[in-house]
Amino acid sequence: MDKVQMLIGLSIALFAIGLTGVIIRRNVLVMLMCMELMLNGVILSLVTFAYQLGSAVGAVLVFLIFVVATAEIAIAIPIVLLLVRHKRTLDLDAYADLKG
Amino acid sequence: MEALLSNLETLLLVVFAACALVGAVLVLVLREPMRVAMALISTMVFLGGVYGLLGVHFIAAFQVLIYVGAVMVFIVYVIMLLDPRDSAVKRRFSALLVPGVIACGLFIVALGGLVWDDAGRVPRAAGGAGFTLAQFSSQFLNEYWLEFELTSVLLLAAIVAAIAVIQVSRRHHG
Repeated sequence: MDKVQMLIGLSIALFAIGLTGVIIRRNVLVMLMCMELMLNGVILSLVTFAYQLGSAVGAVLVFLIFVVATAEIAIAIPIVLLLVRHKRTLDLDAYADLKG
Repeated sequence: MEALLSNLETLLLVVFAACALVGAVLVLVLREPMRVAMALISTMVFLGGVYGLLGVHFIAAFQVLIYVGAVMVFIVYVIMLLDPRDSAVKRRFSALLVPGVIACGLFIVALGGLVWDDAGRVPRAAGGAGFTLAQFSSQFLNEYWLEFELTSVLLLAAIVAAIAVIQVSRRHHG
């Protein structure tokens, strides 16, 4: 098995595990962490392809993802805190009335 | 000696990848949010090790500095702020447990099979892989300056949004 193949397999696994976490976990903060795991899987695949092709384009995209991830967490955490103050729980079932 | 070093590098790569995978699985199954955060931090550090072994040291450094140093510290602080006796801590999984796990398995099998079949179809770069930091920086600021500037707009929007969220909470609680 090739090195690149193994790393792409790992990135698929990380993305799938993160996606599963977003679907099956009940705690909103844990779901947020699973989203970070998905982003990490994507970053790993970009770095691996940049390594394989010897091009810096993937690394540029990784930098942009770092910025977006930081901005995302800076917005998501206050929203979670606000929700918790409103509903007094992190349980996702309590937020069912957010459905349109 | 050269072959031994390259073998050692491959071995380390496999070990780091396996540890990252174990950390990811722990993120999925652990109950306490703080332990989940620690598992996620270990996954990110091991991924940083993988990036270092691939020769992209600056991304490894930023992975540890930005993800572990900023994002995860932020999350750990929030976990300390919140109530540990929350019902979401006692009941780990939602009703979608079985379909979610099945969908995850199908996703891994479908994409993994694709990667397995396509082995070696993408050409390798001539003269060995990798690029230098100087190459990366000049490409970043010469060809991708527009994206770089757009991220500053995004960060500004994020700051405004954070202030707006604080205003909403002030209005709610007087």
